[in-house]
Amino acid sequence: MRLGDSARKKILLAKPQSRKAAKLKEINMKQLLTFIRKEFHHILRDTRTMMVLLGLPIVQLLIFGFAITNETRNSNIAILDNAKDETTQKIIARMESSRYFDIDRTLTTNGQIEAAFKTGKIKLAVVFQQNFQNELAHANKAQIQLIADATDPNQATTLVNYASSIIMDYQSELNQQNNLPYTINTEMRMLYNPELKGAYSSVPGVMGMILLLISTMMTSISIVKEKELGTMEILLVSPMKPLLVIISKVIPYFVISLVNIATILLLSVFVLGMPIQGSIFLLIAVTILYLLCALSLGLLISTVTDSQLAAMLISLLGLMLPVVMLSGYAFPIANMPVPLQVVSNIIPAKWYIIMVKSVMIKGMGFAGIWKESLIIIGMTFFFLFISIKRFKVRL
Amino acid sequence: MNKEIVIKTDKLTKKFGDFIAANEVTFEVYKGEIFGFLGANGAGKTTAMKMLIGISKPSYGNANIAGFDVYKQTEQIKKNIGYMSQKFSLYEDLTVRENVQLFGGIYGLSDKEIESKSGELINKLGMQQEADKLVSSLPLGWKQKLSFSIAIFHSPKIVFLDEPTGGVDPVTRRQFWDMIYEAAHNGITVFVTTHYMDEAEYCDRVSIMVDGVIKALDSPKKLKEQHNAKSMDEVFLMLARGAKRGE
Amino acid sequence: MRTLIFLLRKEFLQIFRNKLILRMIFVMPVLQLIILPFAANYEMKNISLSIVDHDHSEYSRELINKFTSSGYFRLTNLSPSYEEALKVIEAEKADLIIEIPQSFEKDLIRENQSKIMISANAINGQTAGLAVSYSNAIIREFNNEIRTEWIQPPRLNAQPTIEITSSNWFNPKMNYKYFIVPGVLALLVTLVGFILTSLNIVKEKEAGTIEQLNVSPIKKYQFILGKLIPFWILGMVVLIIGFAISFIIYGIVPEGRFLIGFSFAGIYLIAILGFGLLTSTFAETQQQAMFIAYFFMMIFVLLGGLFAPIENMPDWAKYLTYINPVSYLIEVMRMLVLKGSGFSDLAKHFAIVTAFAVVFNALAILNYKKTN
Repeated sequence: MRLGDSARKKILLAKPQSRKAAKLKEINMKQLLTFIRKEFHHILRDTRTMMVLLGLPIVQLLIFGFAITNETRNSNIAILDNAKDETTQKIIARMESSRYFDIDRTLTTNGQIEAAFKTGKIKLAVVFQQNFQNELAHANKAQIQLIADATDPNQATTLVNYASSIIMDYQSELNQQNNLPYTINTEMRMLYNPELKGAYSSVPGVMGMILLLISTMMTSISIVKEKELGTMEILLVSPMKPLLVIISKVIPYFVISLVNIATILLLSVFVLGMPIQGSIFLLIAVTILYLLCALSLGLLISTVTDSQLAAMLISLLGLMLPVVMLSGYAFPIANMPVPLQVVSNIIPAKWYIIMVKSVMIKGMGFAGIWKESLIIIGMTFFFLFISIKRFKVRL
Repeated sequence: MNKEIVIKTDKLTKKFGDFIAANEVTFEVYKGEIFGFLGANGAGKTTAMKMLIGISKPSYGNANIAGFDVYKQTEQIKKNIGYMSQKFSLYEDLTVRENVQLFGGIYGLSDKEIESKSGELINKLGMQQEADKLVSSLPLGWKQKLSFSIAIFHSPKIVFLDEPTGGVDPVTRRQFWDMIYEAAHNGITVFVTTHYMDEAEYCDRVSIMVDGVIKALDSPKKLKEQHNAKSMDEVFLMLARGAKRGE
Repeated sequence: MRTLIFLLRKEFLQIFRNKLILRMIFVMPVLQLIILPFAANYEMKNISLSIVDHDHSEYSRELINKFTSSGYFRLTNLSPSYEEALKVIEAEKADLIIEIPQSFEKDLIRENQSKIMISANAINGQTAGLAVSYSNAIIREFNNEIRTEWIQPPRLNAQPTIEITSSNWFNPKMNYKYFIVPGVLALLVTLVGFILTSLNIVKEKEAGTIEQLNVSPIKKYQFILGKLIPFWILGMVVLIIGFAISFIIYGIVPEGRFLIGFSFAGIYLIAILGFGLLTSTFAETQQQAMFIAYFFMMIFVLLGGLFAPIENMPDWAKYLTYINPVSYLIEVMRMLVLKGSGFSDLAKHFAIVTAFAVVFNALAILNYKKTN
């Protein structure tokens, strides 16, 4: 009898409690929506910032997409022609007409070479030996010296290579008459990018950088601002769970960022010439994932700093160069010293760039990028987890 | 009563596009007066005051502050006035003493003057313990009093106060007004804007601004008589009925 | 003048009181200067290679050996087929495929010619080009070795040969650090200076203290100078620390006269700070200031000539670099470190940077209105 009584009591008590819980949930939802609406108003009212948030990615993508290419073009070179004969003139003419080179000046003595380099304008000097044509015809050997300004070693190697290939082309034309035995011919295939478009290697990197930096900056000051203004207490005192407060702060920026994603993808395909070999949906999904990662990183920064200035220093001073240099955009990661390769793994942009290249250029499906996606998701959860923890602890 | 005119405006107007924030404001303020510039929020008080202190250029109309023209002699005006903004405008990350010294130096007081007067000021405010603490650690009422003291530190002819008593309890407000009385007694003209109508009672004369226009200007006593009101609150309500801008 | 001293005192008090920010201003650049330059590399040393050998002959094995011992390539694997090798490229494990056909050796000896297929991941066209170029060179060398094996020397040398020699000046060891470290330092100093000044005035706007200053008799130039000087000193300190690190860790010593570099950097910093102050007068909130700072800094960083040579840029981008102060600093620092350029070589740079300094600061003073 007693058990039955207490059991009945439990049932009677349980009902109002679950009703209460349901009502609390309703209130929480309403509050969440109110908070979200308030955040939206804040942002939308600030038209200048809105223009910046939406326009910046466009401007940057266009500028960097078109301006930065690894292709060497119109490099200024100097010619020192000690022979001034028909052959040298021919070779010089070829260099002149090549899109790689612009003959900036003709030198007359060796001593002028160093001075030319010091002005910073000349990157390569081509020196023909005396009696070039004669030597070539009679002694079967003539020399061309390529002197490179190696302050930029990469540039130097490239210029020397291009100059060599022009000279070698001329040489093989000379050799056309004599059919050499035992010849190995090579056939070349340029995979994924047969036209060698420079955009293919630079645009994914630019996309990754812009999305990461801008999205991180958006949210990095969102919470700090409340701390500075002193309105943080209002948020903390509300019965809303910290998680929901954080979500309410991020959602408006998320929506704005979705617009940015659309513009970035559209621009990169239709204006910058990126292909979409793989699935568009996969591309969008992967980009949204990356976006969430960036937003939560910004959130994390917001919770660990006390002033907007500090947040800004971290997101700009602390992020910009590492993202540019370690994400694989500026330098290939495979050649970096191993410790740095490890460090590069914590830069979200690195994984996104791989995914973009895989999906857009190589046309791979989810099977090819599941690993990278998982890493990004993991990072996102990590950032959010710490943000929520710190948010609770604060004040 | 000293009838020397320290502020004189003539049809002073500020327009933002088509919106007339302050509409042909015309009045005079006498030396040593406590002049209350009243009105609802958004009525145009702050706009008008910003023109008087030289940080907002009038669209048209004239004004003369402490004998200087508001168009051509703004820098002269600034040397002769003090100002306390709504936000108190103290440097939160500097100490009390450092704030006092900074503004003393900016207004051209000599090192000796700064030293002696700042000691006086700190004693008067009873902030000896707090003198070397950051302003951010002070309670609101203290920041208020400090801000006012700094505003009159260089003994200006006129001190402009923009809603100085927002957010503090009535006791602190009363104490603050004691400081204002003392300043006025020492010859400093006090020009104060507020939307607290009870503070109007403390002023020698008040003007009430509605929708950018001055609808009344006289001593509180006379205004109450004219409008058959028992308090300035009532006077204001009567005048502000039909106002398009306000709380 | 006295007013200026009071303003300076206030700024320094505020700066030194904010320990966290102070630490960030010094620690972050130092860390980055120490770590990041090691990432800079363009050397094609470890091109990962997947070889498909259908021949399994002595010659094919010799050829494979040549590739792996060349120092340019790293053999990822030997794939059984081209399709398998493609998968290796897809998995990011290789960037180049060399396919040796089935009767490679036989065809070469009997038919006098044979073919090798080179497939490169051409997403980065330039590195692909270099990889192919190296491959061709190796194959050509291998080819010549085979010819010498079969043909006696005198008959062979009847070829007119253009001999190409190359030498690298100013950086004979092709040490990329000499190239990147001055550049990174330049960018870091720019970042610090620009961020600090562009936010500073906005912060006072938001706090309301600027209004208090506007009502006071402070002159505009006193106000601007009061902001400029403290941050200039901070920036120069960061620069000096940077020079010390360049020397201690990278062994970089400016070959040119040290004073030139220093004075150039000093003037440059004034220009950058002035630009920061100018942007500060346009922004109403710190967030706006941050994005403006980000915009210009990205342009300075990416178009400054550090990561992609300016020569390769389209004309309109080149014009942009003319008005990009950072590109001048990067170029000057490099020329000093590597070429020992003297003042006369840099005179033009000095003039331009001084012009920047004057123009930006004048604009900042003009645009900063005490009266609206």
